[in-house]
Amino acid sequence: MGDRGRRMVFVTVGTTCFDALVKAVDSEAMKEALLQKGYTDLVIQMGRGTYMPSKVSGSSTLQVDYFTFSPSIADYIREASLVISHAGSGSIFETLRLSKPLIVVVNEDLMDNHQSELAEELAERKHLFCARPQTLREAVEAMDLTALQPYEPGDAKPVVTLINKFLGFPVG
Amino acid sequence: MTCTGGHTAEMMNVVTALRKDRFTPRYYIAALSDNMSLQKAQVYEQSLVRVEADKEETLENAQFMQIYHSREVGQSYITSIATTLLATLHAMWLIITIRPQVVCFLFKVLGLGWSSIFYIESIARVKKLSLSGLLLYKLRIADPSIVQWLQLQQKYPRANYAGRLM
Repeated sequence: MGDRGRRMVFVTVGTTCFDALVKAVDSEAMKEALLQKGYTDLVIQMGRGTYMPSKVSGSSTLQVDYFTFSPSIADYIREASLVISHAGSGSIFETLRLSKPLIVVVNEDLMDNHQSELAEELAERKHLFCARPQTLREAVEAMDLTALQPYEPGDAKPVVTLINKFLGFPVG
Repeated sequence: MTCTGGHTAEMMNVVTALRKDRFTPRYYIAALSDNMSLQKAQVYEQSLVRVEADKEETLENAQFMQIYHSREVGQSYITSIATTLLATLHAMWLIITIRPQVVCFLFKVLGLGWSSIFYIESIARVKKLSLSGLLLYKLRIADPSIVQWLQLQQKYPRANYAGRLM
């Protein structure tokens, strides 16, 4: 990691359990697709999941490593050439803030699945790509990174101005 | 730990932009199962202490509490009934012990008193309000509800839109 010429794919599930995503990226077909796209390393942050991917080392093929949690997820995102993330807003906006290409994978096993709303809206605005575990490989094969638009970060000040106005504080 | 990482970031963006002399003291309340949110709030409040000269006063201006979570992500609806009841009782206990101004919240629910409750809907809600957001909006408890997407404001016209927090 960090070497010249290495292109790392970072997969993150945050604090959730999302084995379907880990399994999807651990498949031979997926690793082949990532190699085809020129990536050299796959690092998986697997959270509370129980499915263990297989570690692979050696220079001739895609290198695979994984871990459960890390306090420095941002460092991995910064190092990555592509981020594949669960649909949590924390992971999504952290990746967009660091201007990294992002594929968000929606977890369809969640009971109250509102998560796809955010990913689909941001995909429509071309800030990221959105997939399901079973469509991830096609998304990787089809993705065109030049189609992505940078995300303009939000600003809390107008919201605070609104709150101040409602409370009768002088605005400013 | 729950899916609170994103919500905490949104909330902290608001707190950072608030004028601290107007909004004092500040109570930070997070779920018992959430190990990270209060830590982030504490780090932020500590950073204020370093900026401001009057050290002791600033630390007293912030308090940190934990509360039972009404429903964890993925929990079934059946067991949710018991945990929601527990969380509600715990929340009421905290409201009673914190201070009178917050008790106004209860009067407000009963339609008696006045208080200000700002509900900011999560940025993750693009098309529909969350259950809490919908309750506060429909019962007109929040004044105002703030949403982070224009299309959501159009669907709920009494809500306010003032851009996004993230």
